[in-house]
Amino acid sequence: MLKYDERFASANTIGNTSFVPAQGESTLNNDRPFIHPYIPNSAPEIKEKMLKEIGVPDVETLYQEIPRELRLKGKLNLPKAFPSEYELRRHVKGILSKNKTCESHLNFLGAGCWQHYVPAVCDEIAGRAEFLTAYGGTAYSTFGRMQAQFEFQSLLGELVGMDVVSMPSYSWGAVAGNAVRMAARMTGRREVLVPKTIGPERLATIRSFCSSLQEQAGIAIRLVDYDPKTGLMDLDSLRNKISPNAAAVYFENPSYLGFIESQGEEIAEIAHGKGAICIVGVDPISLGVVAPPADYGADIVVGTAQPLGIHMNYGGGAIGFIASRDEERYVAEYPSWLISITDTVKEGEYGFGLTRFDRTSYIGRDKAKDFLGTVTGLWTITAAVYMALMGPEGFREIGRTIIQKSHYALKSLSKLDGVEVLFPDNVFKEFVVNFDDTGKSVETINKALLAYGIFGGKDLSEDFPEMGNSALYCVTEVHGKEDIDRLTEALKEVVSK
Amino acid sequence: MRNLPRVREFHSPVWSEPIIMEMGREGERGILPPIAEEEIQKAVGEAESFIPAGMRRKTAPKLPQIGQPQVLRHYLHLSQMCLGMETNIDAEGTATMKYSPKVNEVLARLPEMTEIHPCQDEETVQGILEIMYKLDLFLREISGLDRFTFQPPGGSVATFTHACVLRAYHAARGEGSKRDEVITTIFSHPCNAATAATAGFKVITLMPREDGYPDFDALKAACSGRTAGLMITNPEDTGIYNPRIKDFVDVIHEAGGLCFYDQANANGILGITRAKEAGFDACHFNLHKTFSAPHGSFGPGCAAYGVREDLAKYLPKPVVTYDGEKYHLDDDRPESIGKVREFHGNIPAVLRAYAWIMSMGPEGLLETAQTAVINNNYLAKLLMEIPGVVRPYAEGRYRLEQTRYSWEKLAEDTGVGTKDIQRRMVDYGLQSFFMSHHPWIVPEPFTPEFCESYSVDDMEYWTAVLKRISDEAYADPELVKSSPHRAPIHMVNYERLDDPDKWAMTWRAYVKKKTK
Repeated sequence: MLKYDERFASANTIGNTSFVPAQGESTLNNDRPFIHPYIPNSAPEIKEKMLKEIGVPDVETLYQEIPRELRLKGKLNLPKAFPSEYELRRHVKGILSKNKTCESHLNFLGAGCWQHYVPAVCDEIAGRAEFLTAYGGTAYSTFGRMQAQFEFQSLLGELVGMDVVSMPSYSWGAVAGNAVRMAARMTGRREVLVPKTIGPERLATIRSFCSSLQEQAGIAIRLVDYDPKTGLMDLDSLRNKISPNAAAVYFENPSYLGFIESQGEEIAEIAHGKGAICIVGVDPISLGVVAPPADYGADIVVGTAQPLGIHMNYGGGAIGFIASRDEERYVAEYPSWLISITDTVKEGEYGFGLTRFDRTSYIGRDKAKDFLGTVTGLWTITAAVYMALMGPEGFREIGRTIIQKSHYALKSLSKLDGVEVLFPDNVFKEFVVNFDDTGKSVETINKALLAYGIFGGKDLSEDFPEMGNSALYCVTEVHGKEDIDRLTEALKEVVSK
Repeated sequence: MRNLPRVREFHSPVWSEPIIMEMGREGERGILPPIAEEEIQKAVGEAESFIPAGMRRKTAPKLPQIGQPQVLRHYLHLSQMCLGMETNIDAEGTATMKYSPKVNEVLARLPEMTEIHPCQDEETVQGILEIMYKLDLFLREISGLDRFTFQPPGGSVATFTHACVLRAYHAARGEGSKRDEVITTIFSHPCNAATAATAGFKVITLMPREDGYPDFDALKAACSGRTAGLMITNPEDTGIYNPRIKDFVDVIHEAGGLCFYDQANANGILGITRAKEAGFDACHFNLHKTFSAPHGSFGPGCAAYGVREDLAKYLPKPVVTYDGEKYHLDDDRPESIGKVREFHGNIPAVLRAYAWIMSMGPEGLLETAQTAVINNNYLAKLLMEIPGVVRPYAEGRYRLEQTRYSWEKLAEDTGVGTKDIQRRMVDYGLQSFFMSHHPWIVPEPFTPEFCESYSVDDMEYWTAVLKRISDEAYADPELVKSSPHRAPIHMVNYERLDDPDKWAMTWRAYVKKKTK
């Protein structure tokens, strides 16, 4: 029996790795020849025949272009292969079983990656080999994925109220960065205004996209103050900071800290008054009940579809879309894949293709709009399935459910001694809980909650020191009343200890 | 010409599915989300009262209303009209369409992977941190470099990460604004040029010599005090390994630049040659190519970006560390470039890559590389017997894991070009081959890559289909030019796609433009 967890006993030093073989000295754990089930031509007699056909004595001859001094001397120092699928599966499962999950525990973490219910049909479609293992292909060979991805664009267009939606790419922060760069190219300006309440992960991602070698070639990020009572953007601060060099004003709904930014129209007006573009980041699961950004003046909408049927996956569920009005000057600046519907030579048949593909780095290289590559195709299809299942009523219901549950939670927590909810008025699914008067740090509280089987909210004390000992709690449709009551009871005990 | 297998009859499913927006009827439901319990509703009241008046949605989104079986059926039908790797012989070059083992899919769908949150306490994610850390160790060994990050969710983001690191490196040495040029080659993946430009660099693109090899003299001429670094793929898109790669690196180092090895596709060189021995400072591997994570209809991918020890301080944060007992996420890295994406990356791909390596071991990785190279050269024997196929460059030399061919001769003889053949392949149930990145320096290009997942029978069958299409081109070119005929759809009207009055990225735009 292999001792799986000890297999890497000495595999833990940097630059000097050494792996302990599971058993013995032989290259495999038994006498079977090395014929790998994933490599049909690893059968020696097949390989020999192929080499003969090629006309070389051995495989080494095929590597003749690689200079001897660049060849690896000896074998890679890696653990030996598991000799069977069964043993491999047992080993990996063994490691994974060390994780505690949001199923085994009660989770209140959000902060850019959220726990929502994933309908079984979403998992079914995301697991289809045809979608899972396709790549780009052509309008014919991967027709089905293109239609499903066009359907994502169409469904999301209804939620955000925009006529152009991109095939999504990497993450909310990445597409926010792309959108700011689009605005900079469209206006020829080099500044973007962003509320101070933005999440640090997202801001850091936007920063990477806005920085440049020469400072003047980069896009400067100006942080706009917020009202300490409501969290809403301080419009005076915005008016003061916006300059004739402002390419865009970017804000989010709901904001990173959970409240709905109610001044959408005023912000858009201030932006437009200075000739800047208004970019709004959204969580689309709110859009059955919250106004689409197009209604309050957004020119470009970005956001993530992760809440729409995609598992958290330790953050691997990230995906980001861009949407805008259907104007050529916008479309010309997208870095994204844009799938357009078209017709075919056969009457009545739909086809799909890529619009203005020459924008992208696949054609334009260093002259392209930013860069593009393998994006998030499978999540795009999965989110399309989610939106198709939900329909208008599903989005309305889930929006209401989330708001009611989160408000029930914030009311319950507010009643605890020493606990205060900041910016409680316009909360959608996340809210800031301040523990200053309990005399306990968020870290202490969260460690204690863990003993109750609860993942407490995301610690904000380092990222937003002005909010003191605060945590960002997330409540969604997956939380029942019992769960929220359990949190309240646990917190009550934790803070009074 | 040798005896090739008989080409089998094929016809794709043709479901002529409506667009989802056209489906269903008012009142149908696809899924019922939870409703807040009555006690909650009583305690808090109407949800709308918490939305500021001006921010309430006034009209419901015009989403379709469809029952669950009908939604499922629609997407199953669409999936049936998509040639995933597992359903056919998919040899798209530069993409390494290898088998994504099913057992790894089973593992990736465990709640211990899917239901973990990136902000969970380290104590509660020791399992996944262990896998991330150990894959980092494996890749250090495979590349010879010293530290990897998995934050980039695709190969292009890895090259972008490198461009950011390059920026930080020269800035830290006080040469940030002086070193503003990145050198690449035209046969390197275009994302190298694009991401360097996005990061603010001026890009110098070297053209190949007449024999297809990268031009060392041109590189030397391009080097100067402005050189920030080299970003280069090797073997290049052509499948040709640059035997002077070490000289390229040395020249750049002498000029004060850093060298980045785009090893998105490293399938032919695992255990054979490494970034370290060639002197590179950084490299990346696409876990969705070389390391078997599925391509997912264009992602999510995952790129492992690795650097030499002295550059590790610039890596995106956090990185996973190990203290001998526990795994940690180290966020305290003041010189880090920050983030290129929120959270830690597409970690299910990291899990799959880990499992794949553990199913291979060092012998399996070497076997993978050698088989990929044998397959590619065996295929060359088969393909070069097809009338109309030409293999440009590096006459008499062996390619590694892929080869760029040309249908130029066929196009001259028959008028049938590589795009026509791409479409016609679908009539035989085969994924269209990859042609080439742009620009097409090789005319009418195609670039097959038969990685280790494919058998001799697969290669011979694929060749038989191309032979059949070549025969068709000589006998009845219109048949190929008007293809596909047995695919999910017929030839697409491309003109609409670039016309602002006709393009439609959403159904609502399509409806507006149609009725205008």
